[in-house]
Amino acid sequence: MVLDTLGRALHGALQKLTRAKHVDEQAIKELVRDIQRALLQADVNVQMVLELTKRIEKRALEEKLPLGATRKEHIIRIVYRELSTLMGRPMPFQLKPGQTTTLLMVGLQGSGKTTSVAKLATYFKKRGFRVGVVCADTFRPGAYEQLSQLGQQVGIEVLGDPKAKNSIKLAKEGVERFGKGRFELIIVDSAGRHRKEEALMEEMRQIAKVVSPDEIMLVVDGTIGQQARDQAAAFKATTDIGSILVTKLDGTAKGGGALSAVAATGAPIKFIGVGEHIDDLEPFVPERFVARLLGMGDIETLLKRIEEAARAEEVKPADMRAIMAGKLTLRDVYEQLEMIGKMGPLKKLMQMIPGVGVALPDEQMRVGEEKLKRFKVIMQSMTPQELEDPKLLNVSRIRRVARGSGTSEADVRELLKQYELMRKFIKTMVKGRGVKRGPLAKLLKQMPKDFQGGVGS
Amino acid sequence: MFEKLKQKLKRVVERISQKAAEAPAEVLPAPPEAPLEALPAPPKAPEVLPPTKPKVLRRIVTRITRRELSPADVEDVIWELQVGLLESDVAVPVADRIIERSKELITGKKLGLTEDPRELAEGALQQAIREVLTTEKKVDLLELVKAKRARGEPAVLVFLGINGHGKTTTVAKLAKYLADRGFKLVLAAADTFRAAGIEQLEIHAERLGLDVVKQKRGADAAAVAYDAIAHAKARGFDVVLVDTAGRMQTDVNLMDEMRKIVRVAKPDLKIFVGDALTGNDAVEQASTFDQAVGIDGSILCKMDADARGGAALSITYVTGKPILFLGTGQHYEDLVEFKPELLLQAIFAESPAER
Repeated sequence: MVLDTLGRALHGALQKLTRAKHVDEQAIKELVRDIQRALLQADVNVQMVLELTKRIEKRALEEKLPLGATRKEHIIRIVYRELSTLMGRPMPFQLKPGQTTTLLMVGLQGSGKTTSVAKLATYFKKRGFRVGVVCADTFRPGAYEQLSQLGQQVGIEVLGDPKAKNSIKLAKEGVERFGKGRFELIIVDSAGRHRKEEALMEEMRQIAKVVSPDEIMLVVDGTIGQQARDQAAAFKATTDIGSILVTKLDGTAKGGGALSAVAATGAPIKFIGVGEHIDDLEPFVPERFVARLLGMGDIETLLKRIEEAARAEEVKPADMRAIMAGKLTLRDVYEQLEMIGKMGPLKKLMQMIPGVGVALPDEQMRVGEEKLKRFKVIMQSMTPQELEDPKLLNVSRIRRVARGSGTSEADVRELLKQYELMRKFIKTMVKGRGVKRGPLAKLLKQMPKDFQGGVGS
Repeated sequence: MFEKLKQKLKRVVERISQKAAEAPAEVLPAPPEAPLEALPAPPKAPEVLPPTKPKVLRRIVTRITRRELSPADVEDVIWELQVGLLESDVAVPVADRIIERSKELITGKKLGLTEDPRELAEGALQQAIREVLTTEKKVDLLELVKAKRARGEPAVLVFLGINGHGKTTTVAKLAKYLADRGFKLVLAAADTFRAAGIEQLEIHAERLGLDVVKQKRGADAAAVAYDAIAHAKARGFDVVLVDTAGRMQTDVNLMDEMRKIVRVAKPDLKIFVGDALTGNDAVEQASTFDQAVGIDGSILCKMDADARGGAALSITYVTGKPILFLGTGQHYEDLVEFKPELLLQAIFAESPAER
C-alpha cells in the first residue's frame, strides 16, 4: 500500500499507547518518539517532523480532555488531526463537461511526468471526456515518441514535434489547436528541470504564461528525500502550483517527501501513481488516506472499486439470483475471479478492508494472488459441463485437468475444496441462519470493532 | 552537497569542544567573560562563532587539563548530528550506524595535554563516515575494460535501477566517457518495456556516433543483450553497455526479468543507477537489487539538483560496493569519477574564513 511501512510504524506506535496501562508523560514521550522515527524514515522533511511532533506532544500533555473521552482516545484524535493537516486540504480534480480545462504538468527530471500524463489522459478518457495531449518536452531524446506511443496505445491524440526546439511555441500552438477542437481536457507535458537550472525554470514560467493553464500540477517522485521541500518551493515560486501528483508509490517508498512538497506549495495531492500500467492511477483523498494509515481501512475506495468493476462486467441479476439460491457453479467462481482481477492487485484490495489493512505480509499476498491465477488456469482446462457441475470431476477427469493446465492433481483438488467451502458458505448465508449465527454473523460482529480497530481501546 | 550536515557538524564540534572545556570548570573557574551558556545556537544561526577573546581563553583552559568526555556529554550533542545526517538524506538506519560509531570513538577518550577536543570530535565523525564509504571491493572500470580487451573479449556492463533515476542518460554519458578514451563500444537497447525507451537510446547513440543493437518494443530484453554481445564479439568491440528498463524493486516479474538478463549477459559489472535525491528508499532499492543480482558498483545521478548526497552513504552502506561515478548535469560530459575523499572533503573542509 501507499505509505505502507509508515502506516505500520504509526499503527504500531498507537497500539503501544493503547496497550499501556497508564498514559503518563513517559508514554506520550515514547509515542512521540515513535511517530518521529516513522515520519523521518518516510522522508518527511526533518524540520516539519520536529515541529509536528512537538505540537502533538504539547497538545497531548496540556489539552483538557473533552467530555466522555479517555486520554487515549483524545491522543489518538490529536495524532489523526495533526497527520491530516500534514496531508493538506482535500480538493478533487474535477472537469466540467463541455468546457475546456488545461492542465500543465511540471516536475524534476525522471519524476514520472510523461507516464503520468498518459495515465491521467486515460483516466479521464475512460470517464467520457475528450482528452488531448501536447508534448512540450523538446529536450529529452525520445520524449515525443514516448508520448505518441502511449497515446496510440490508449487512443488519445498527441500533438508535438520531435524536431522542434522551441517548447514555448510548441505548447502554445498545441493548446490552441486542441482548444478549437473543443477538447474538454488538454494536458501539456513539459521537460524535467530542477531549481538550480535557472534558464529552464524561466522557460517553465514562459510556458505557463502562454498556455495559461487552469491548473499546474507538480509531479513528485515518491522516493524523493529531503530535497522535496526546497524543490517544490522553487517550482511554486516560479509558477502557481495548484496540485500534486505523486508517482512510484508501488515500490517501498513511503512518500514522505511528497508530504513535504504539500507543505511547501500549499497544494494538495490529487492523484497517486501506483504501478507500471496505464490504469495504475488513483485519485487521492487525504482523510481516507490517514484513516488507512491508522489501520482503519478504506471502505469507501473498496466499494467504489467493486462498483466500477461490476459496471464493467455487468453482473446479470439473474446470475445473482441463481447464486443466492445456492446454485453456485465453478463458472460463477471463474467470473468472480475475473472480476477481482479487474479491480486490481489483491494486495491493494485487501488493504482497504478495515483491520486487514496493515496486517498481511507481502509474501502471503503474492502467494494468494498466484493461487488465484492458478485456479483460473485450472478452470480453463475444464469442459463446460464440468464447470456447471463440478461433481462430474472424478479421479480421471481431475488427472486430465491437471495435465491440461500444467498443474498438479493436488492443485485441482484444492480448487474443488475451496469451491465446496464457498458453496456451503453461501448456502448458510442464504438460509438466513447465517446472518444471525453463521460465519457471516461473526464477520459482521467483528466489523465495527475492527473499524475502530487498531486505534480503539 | 551536504551543506546541512556541514552546518550541523560545525555546531556539534563546537559543542563537544565546549563540553570538554566545561569539564575542568571545577578545577579552574571559568573566566567570567566566557559566555558558555550562550553558545548553543538556534537552528538557522551561523554555524561557527568568530574567534572571540573568551574562546581563546577557554582553549587555554582546555589545554592545561586532562579530561574525559562522558556518555552524557556526548548524548547531549549527538542529536544535532543525527538531525544533520537525516537532513542530508542519509537513511535512518545508516545515520544510526554513523552516530553509534562516532559515539564509540569519542566517549571515554582521554584528551592529552596538547590535543584539541575539536579535532578529536571532528576526527571521530570523519572516521565513522569514512568507514561507511570505504568498501572492501574496489572497482577500476578502465583497468577492467583494458584487461578484457587484452583477452580479446568485450567488457559487458549492465545498468539497473528503478524508473526515472537516470539509467539511459548514464549509459549515454558513460559511452562518451569510454569512447573519449579510445574504446570501441556498442549500446544494447534492452529497455523494451517503456514506451520509446529504445528510441531514447537510439537518439543518444546517433548523436555520439555509436552502434546500438535493438529489437522491437516488448521484445525479450535478455535477447537484446545477447545480440549486442555477439555484435561486439564479431566486430572486436571493447565494451557493451546494456540499458535496461526501470523497475520497482517490489515488482516480482520485472525483478525476475532482470535476473534473466544478468544470467544471459553474464556482465562483468552490474551497475546500480540511483537518484541522488532519493531519501530513505535508497536503502530498500539498493539492497533489493543487490540481493537479486549482486551489485558491483553504483552511479548516482542528478547530483546537480542540489542533492544533499546522503544517498551515496546509504547505497554504499547497504551494498558494500563503491560508488563509481556521479551524474552532475544534462550534458554528456557531466559525469565525474567518485572518490570517497571528495565527499569527505565536501563535508569536512572548512572555508578559509572559518579558522
